[in-house]
Amino acid sequence: MTHMRSTSSVLVDVELLVNGRRLPLALDPRVTLLDALREHLGLTGTKKGCDHGQCGACTVHLDGRRILSCLTLAASASGREITTIEGLADGDRLHPMQQAFIDHDGFQCGYCTSGQIMSAVALLDEPCGPGEADVRECMSGNICRCGAYPGIVAAVQAVRQGRG
Amino acid sequence: MIGAAIDRLDGRQKVTGRATYSAEWPIERLSYGVIVQSAIAKGTIAAMDVSAAEQAPGVLAVITAGNAPKLPQGGQAGVNPPAGRALTLLQDTRVRYNGEPIAVVIAESFEQATHAASLLRVNYHEEQPAVDIMQALPTAEPYTKKILGQFEPFSRRGDVDAGLRDAAVVVEATYTTPLETHNAMEPHSTIAVWERDQLTLYDATQYVYGVKRFVAKTLGLRDDQVRVVSKFTGGAFGSKGSAWSHVVLAAMAARHVGRPVKIVLSRRQMFGPVGGRPYTVQRLRVGARHDGTLTAIDQDVVSSTSTFEDWVESSTLQTRMLYAAPNVATAQRLVRLNLGTPTFNRGPGESSGTFGLESAIDELAWRLGVDPIELRLRNYASVDPETGLPWSSKSLRECYERGAERFEWSRRTPAPRSMRDGDHLIGLGMATATYPAKRMPASAAATLTADGAILVEAATHEFGTGTYTVMTQIAADALGVPIDRVRFELGDSNLPDNPISAGSMTVSSTGPAVHAAAVALRERIRQAGADPSDVESCRRIIAAAAGAPLSATAAAAPGAEKARYSMHAFGAVFAEVRVDPELGELRVARVVGAYAAGRILNPKTARSQMIGGIIYGLSMALFEHTAIDPRNGRYLNADLSEYLVPVNADVGDIDVLLLDETDEHVNPLGVKGLGEIGTTGVAAAVANAVYHASGVRVRDLPITIDQLLAGSDR
Repeated sequence: MTHMRSTSSVLVDVELLVNGRRLPLALDPRVTLLDALREHLGLTGTKKGCDHGQCGACTVHLDGRRILSCLTLAASASGREITTIEGLADGDRLHPMQQAFIDHDGFQCGYCTSGQIMSAVALLDEPCGPGEADVRECMSGNICRCGAYPGIVAAVQAVRQGRG
Repeated sequence: MIGAAIDRLDGRQKVTGRATYSAEWPIERLSYGVIVQSAIAKGTIAAMDVSAAEQAPGVLAVITAGNAPKLPQGGQAGVNPPAGRALTLLQDTRVRYNGEPIAVVIAESFEQATHAASLLRVNYHEEQPAVDIMQALPTAEPYTKKILGQFEPFSRRGDVDAGLRDAAVVVEATYTTPLETHNAMEPHSTIAVWERDQLTLYDATQYVYGVKRFVAKTLGLRDDQVRVVSKFTGGAFGSKGSAWSHVVLAAMAARHVGRPVKIVLSRRQMFGPVGGRPYTVQRLRVGARHDGTLTAIDQDVVSSTSTFEDWVESSTLQTRMLYAAPNVATAQRLVRLNLGTPTFNRGPGESSGTFGLESAIDELAWRLGVDPIELRLRNYASVDPETGLPWSSKSLRECYERGAERFEWSRRTPAPRSMRDGDHLIGLGMATATYPAKRMPASAAATLTADGAILVEAATHEFGTGTYTVMTQIAADALGVPIDRVRFELGDSNLPDNPISAGSMTVSSTGPAVHAAAVALRERIRQAGADPSDVESCRRIIAAAAGAPLSATAAAAPGAEKARYSMHAFGAVFAEVRVDPELGELRVARVVGAYAAGRILNPKTARSQMIGGIIYGLSMALFEHTAIDPRNGRYLNADLSEYLVPVNADVGDIDVLLLDETDEHVNPLGVKGLGEIGTTGVAAAVANAVYHASGVRVRDLPITIDQLLAGSDR
């Protein structure tokens, strides 16, 4: 269904399922999932670094897999299960990956961190080899300009080894 | 508390997505501004058709030079180098670089503003721009003012020509570094909110007070009409040390439409309008006797700036103080290009300058057949050779020794191409790292509140450096209370005045002020009959004062030590590279950095900062260069796919040693700052290792496959 408003473009009805909550929205069809989260739902934990799918800061999970929310139109995510950084902790209890990032100082400014953590959590269920070099490769879609890479690798390995 | 490797106190906010960056404040009735940029590098705008944009859905206004309010002094009233910049504020129709702001479109939504911005039709009177540094080199002029307002633009001790005549060996070479664009992960962003004649800016910045004063002056307001808030900044590296055009344009746009306006630069818009490291062309002549004693160093640096503002990349400063050579001359010259004005970029001067100097010293070591560390030790400066002042402290000798030991420098066989691992050539190289220990006046407040908690405040900044954490440690230590009783607030120009967070001087400047405020509060608590470490007694005195909190403020400033001592941090950085001689592929397998930078307040955050600095240096060595179209000055690789920075798989083992160093002179905390020294020396260490591996001397950054293949054809 579409709507018109004098000052506005055509809107489409979208129902986003974010962190277990059902959120109906009427959106300009050009709105990306990233901007829907940040500008329409107040979920600013997901970051915009490049808006071109080149930096990984906007990584979220769509139906359990990591995707770039800046390259995903919100309308195309309608009805699918979305998890963002805000949905990772269980109340006050951090996800083990979040705690590992703190323990291993896997960030500095924090701006790429949500995307790094969402990638790292998804990686746990991906066919990534066991070594540090494998982790570096699997995490290379997420740029960190502060240079926290060694801490990120250590955090991922700690969680994986804690599991295994 | 001081010296404890505690976790970042803002860590929980950052890993849960709850740290609020400047574009993320929830603001009622927010509208969106998008900047339109010039498509030529030099000329004037002949005509601009905004009608289609104005009629596009959701558009609130299109601001151009035709309808922008006229600002005091043509928009230049706030200009105050180095941080207060000459901006583009739609005051005229001139175009001075490709990508210069020429209009702002404001709309109800980001999508509407972005679309409408594409509808502007612009005709130009185009002129021939100068955008090629090598072509423009003959136009270079000596810079005659003080660099950063502090340092002489040239230096001369002894007689360089005589020194070169006395030399048995002279290395003469030219080294170049490219235009480098910071590319912090967080785009520059500003939300401007007017309430009557009061302006609040939520801004991604390294300098809330600087932005406040600059914007007030530029718009013709009183300082007290502008407030700047910046609780978390998503990386900066110098690029957010100044208010750039978009900050003032957001304020102008918000006043124009009578609503709050948010402007977030696109990644492409961060190439040009918000600075970068300029080109440098460094001609070095270094002479020595057979025994390795330096007789002369001559460094002539040409760097680029824009056509409308002077910015000097101070690449000569370390050359004046690093070695005990009797004859040293340095000069800085400028070339004006039709590009955006450069700015501070991590280790401005020293990061590019150590590439030239420390490469030339390495070349000299080869020519003399002396080990590169040994050559440096033979010319070790036991006092500052330029000023004759003693060092406040210097542990560079220990850095060379400890770093070499950790790196296993002794396994290095001296001849080029002498170390192999299968098909790969292995190379080991090193260089010196150095950065001055600076300090500026700062102030802070400390308050005991009714619940016994202590609030400490200073208008400084957090962009990954760990400020929230170490300032809390300093205050808790001075008060003698646990960390969890102290909360540190920063990033708001309503808090006590603090300097720019740049030049590795946040801890050395703000730290002593926080310490002094905490000590003053401690004494007030004691005078009131309580023990700061006893929460109950603290609560009682507040209750006895009918709930009125107990406060203390303090200011701290540098004293006469600068006239008595030369104050610098030093380090030694070692790189191991692998070069595939068939493919020209280069990998840096390992880096060891040994640093002495005074007292370390938190080894955990300090180590991370040094690793990050080294990776920033690796990025200079291997990847970074901003490509400019020679025809029209357009920034060609203005995104994170074509402008390369390291990803995780590019970074090998990095090992950081932080040496114990006591410095009783530099400042009351004995800290020298860690933000920039990690980046210095790295590019030279890598280039020196590449020479050792392959026999190819690369003098032009970044080190690329084509240079390695061309060089190996010799």
